[in-house]
Amino acid sequence: MKAAAPTYQGSREEFLTTRLDALVDMLRQYGVNWARKNSLWPLPFATACCGIELMGVGASRYDIARFGAEVMRFTPRQCDLLICAGRVAIKMMPVLQRIYMQMCEPKWVISMGACASSGGVFDTYAVIQGIDQFLPVDVYVPGCPPRPETLLEGVMAVQRIVEQEGIRTSRERGRGLRLTVQPAAELVQIGTEARS
Amino acid sequence: MTKTVQRVITALQEAFPDVDFAVAPLLAGRRPEEEQVCVRVPPTRLAGVMRFLYEDRRCRFEQLCDLTCVDYLNFPEATDRFGVTYALLSLTLGHRLWVKCFVNDPDPEVPSATGIWQGANWLEREVWDMFGVRFTGHPDLRRILTWEGFPAHPLRKDYPLRGRGERENYEVIHRDSA
Ligand code: SF4
Repeated sequence: MKAAAPTYQGSREEFLTTRLDALVDMLRQYGVNWARKNSLWPLPFATACCGIELMGVGASRYDIARFGAEVMRFTPRQCDLLICAGRVAIKMMPVLQRIYMQMCEPKWVISMGACASSGGVFDTYAVIQGIDQFLPVDVYVPGCPPRPETLLEGVMAVQRIVEQEGIRTSRERGRGLRLTVQPAAELVQIGTEARS
Repeated sequence: MTKTVQRVITALQEAFPDVDFAVAPLLAGRRPEEEQVCVRVPPTRLAGVMRFLYEDRRCRFEQLCDLTCVDYLNFPEATDRFGVTYALLSLTLGHRLWVKCFVNDPDPEVPSATGIWQGANWLEREVWDMFGVRFTGHPDLRRILTWEGFPAHPLRKDYPLRGRGERENYEVIHRDSA
């Protein structure tokens, strides 16, 4: 390597400094949820073709890192957002349930794509007709597969839930907001039960 | 039918003169060199015929490409219900042969081919799982796609496409139970 060793002499002004009291102000103002919503760590439960789109969302073009959710963790104990991308077979449902149970509170679930939300075209004995029959789902992302933008909108919907719901755990949240995403990126509330 | 397959058929008929092999092309209307041949073997003679096909130097079917099953329930002109189908390939002689073995309810049973081709192991488990055809002499005949205790054999034609409620049969997890 020919490159000269980097010197930091005389470049003191280039360092970025953050004032700690600004950070504390942010936390005071928005609470822990401000931090939490911007660091959702997803568990990619990608069982089928939707998983490919999920990878696309993680890659540089759509870049889920802009929402602080790029840290895909494959152990449920480190995740707070379960993205179920793809159809769930009858043998897989107990696995999915166990993964959900192992995630630490607070946790959210995105049901990505037609298959995870309703079984899609796979109306057969072997495919679960919508994971929400057996799991609490927070956000349904429509599409087959959903465009990356749609999934990002889903992540943003979860962020809004986090913001609104406070630091209550999902046990305290009841069945959750049950939000859905509209093309106009509006937040629509379709169920208000169990919200205080 | 190519010459080598012709030789296989002759060899079979010489070795098992009492068996009616019902030699027929698998698909009609192919050019003779593309044509693949299907023979029928009764389940009682299957083990011997398979061993012969593997060992005889005119046959030499070293490879079992596939082992599957067809349910001929309500099939026009079908006389038996399950057709266990073997696709054989000889790598040294370069020819193929299809073997069909028909079995019926109740208790469809076929001798296992695992003693000849190790690869038959999982294929036979799949046929057992999906069609309920038992393979006698199989070292480990468990279900392979569905779980142990699954109540049906789902690829049978009389099994409904949407199942008999297996896909609805789970514990429901609520927010407060998780
Ligand atoms: S919704 Fe479409 S893309 Fe997604 S898993 Fe189902 S079939 Fe595949």
